[in-house]
Amino acid sequence: MTAKNIISVRDLNKSYGPVKALEAISFDVREGEIFGFIGPDGAGKTTLFRIITTLLLPDHGTVTALGLDCVKDFRELRNNIGYMPGRFSLYMDLTVEENLNFYATVFGTTVKENYDLIADIYSHIEPFKNRPAGKLSGGMKQKLALSCALIHKPALLVLDEPTTGVDAVSRAEFWEMLKKLKKYNITILVSTPYMDEAMQCDRVALIQGGRIMSVDQPERLSEGFTRKLFSVVASEKYKLITALREYPLTHSAYPFGESLHVTFRDDRYDDSLLDFLESKGVSGVTIEETLPGIEDRFLELMQKS
Amino acid sequence: MSDKVISVHNLVKKFGSFVANDHLSFEVYRGEIFGFLGANGAGKTTTIRILSGLSKPTSGEVMVAGYDAHKEPEMIKKNIGYMCQKFSLYEDLTVKENIMLYGGIYGMKKQLIRDRTHSLLERLQFEEYGDRLIAALPLGLKQKLAFSVAVLHEPKIVFLDEPTGGVDPVTRRQFWEMIYETAARGITVFVTTHYMDEAEYCDRVSIMNEGKIQALDTPAALKQQYNARSIEEVFIRIARPAKQ
Repeated sequence: MTAKNIISVRDLNKSYGPVKALEAISFDVREGEIFGFIGPDGAGKTTLFRIITTLLLPDHGTVTALGLDCVKDFRELRNNIGYMPGRFSLYMDLTVEENLNFYATVFGTTVKENYDLIADIYSHIEPFKNRPAGKLSGGMKQKLALSCALIHKPALLVLDEPTTGVDAVSRAEFWEMLKKLKKYNITILVSTPYMDEAMQCDRVALIQGGRIMSVDQPERLSEGFTRKLFSVVASEKYKLITALREYPLTHSAYPFGESLHVTFRDDRYDDSLLDFLESKGVSGVTIEETLPGIEDRFLELMQKS
Repeated sequence: MSDKVISVHNLVKKFGSFVANDHLSFEVYRGEIFGFLGANGAGKTTTIRILSGLSKPTSGEVMVAGYDAHKEPEMIKKNIGYMCQKFSLYEDLTVKENIMLYGGIYGMKKQLIRDRTHSLLERLQFEEYGDRLIAALPLGLKQKLAFSVAVLHEPKIVFLDEPTGGVDPVTRRQFWEMIYETAARGITVFVTTHYMDEAEYCDRVSIMNEGKIQALDTPAALKQQYNARSIEEVFIRIARPAKQ
């Protein structure tokens, strides 16, 4: 039994003049999934989401959502999609409550009718319902924008970088809220530049330069990294990285948080490494094998392409 | 690491009855990469404005680059650099014009600006971009350039606000290597960020909440102390009980 596809994209291309924003994009999103697009600024995430939400036309390819064509059936589709753009589309001079009422009315419904769907999210900001949206903190704006995107009970929720610029506590809360929406069988398409958020999704597409590099469950994505990865630490990082790059058996070396992540040509190193580093004036080095994460895999894929 | 570049004792900053900074005390050393974290509204921006000479403390002792934040804010401004992700370079000026402009603002002599422009473009392998408008550069190049411009006058400290947010992982690493190289040259790098994984790259990290510094140590020591796998987890443990 496979769940039905809520989004199907085949060979989608989109250019802005000479700039290719999306190239040969194909993927499916299944019903009830949280599907994440992970990639840096300029990767094409927003363009893709605008095409799916019928706000932009593709140059080439087919795009369907909820069984409807994103070009021909745009009117019907819009009634069933909740879209939260990167810059929250809230009216800053309307209050929290007025914003919510406005969105409900535009979609021909009332706040009361679908209140149970947003109750969990909206309750965080309800104490401030008479405050203008412009006076809310980033985290509260995000919750209001999500409430507004949900108020017409859409079957598909499209969230473009909902956690960008929001602090870590609000980010964690936001993901908890999204997971709770699963029980309403809402399919969620979400983008983020944060690699660590991949783990919150059911499946993830890694996107870079308008192309999808890989699609899989997050825990399986990092398994694509086939080399042995070592974490190397010394107090003088700059010296360490320069020296490691000069070491003949190094395959790659790059900064990764507190340590450097290093791969070796034959997946192993010997005592000559420590001697070599010592000779370059780097001492107190510790090396241990470590497990690759999504970001390591992303780097590897980027370098191959 | 004994030279103190920033030294803060009992810093208090009030806006009316609101206490934005509540008796902060910390030190930052020469050549250190220092991460300054906090939730929205924790009081970070207030502190940074004081450390960069833009705002005066209500009370407490604040020394930056050897100057007193009460009496010599103008001298502080001359000895620091600043870069934020959103705005740093003028989009409608060329690369060289931006360098010229910032060099002028920092009071550098024309010949020195010319020399540094040359070496900067060479180091970044940017020679062909010298006469291009900033608007036409890819984000990654812009950020590297913005950072180089922020340290053009060889300041004692450079403040970076979310320096690598949103850039691709390869560019991000190139950027951190530039930061390591700068710190190894003796320039202190003071990083504020929302991105907890950026904090992992710092030598030491402080976490602020409700106007106070709640934790300050190396990322490894903080993770051990809070029995957490990441700085993000440490941060959430510290910031969460106080929220709402």
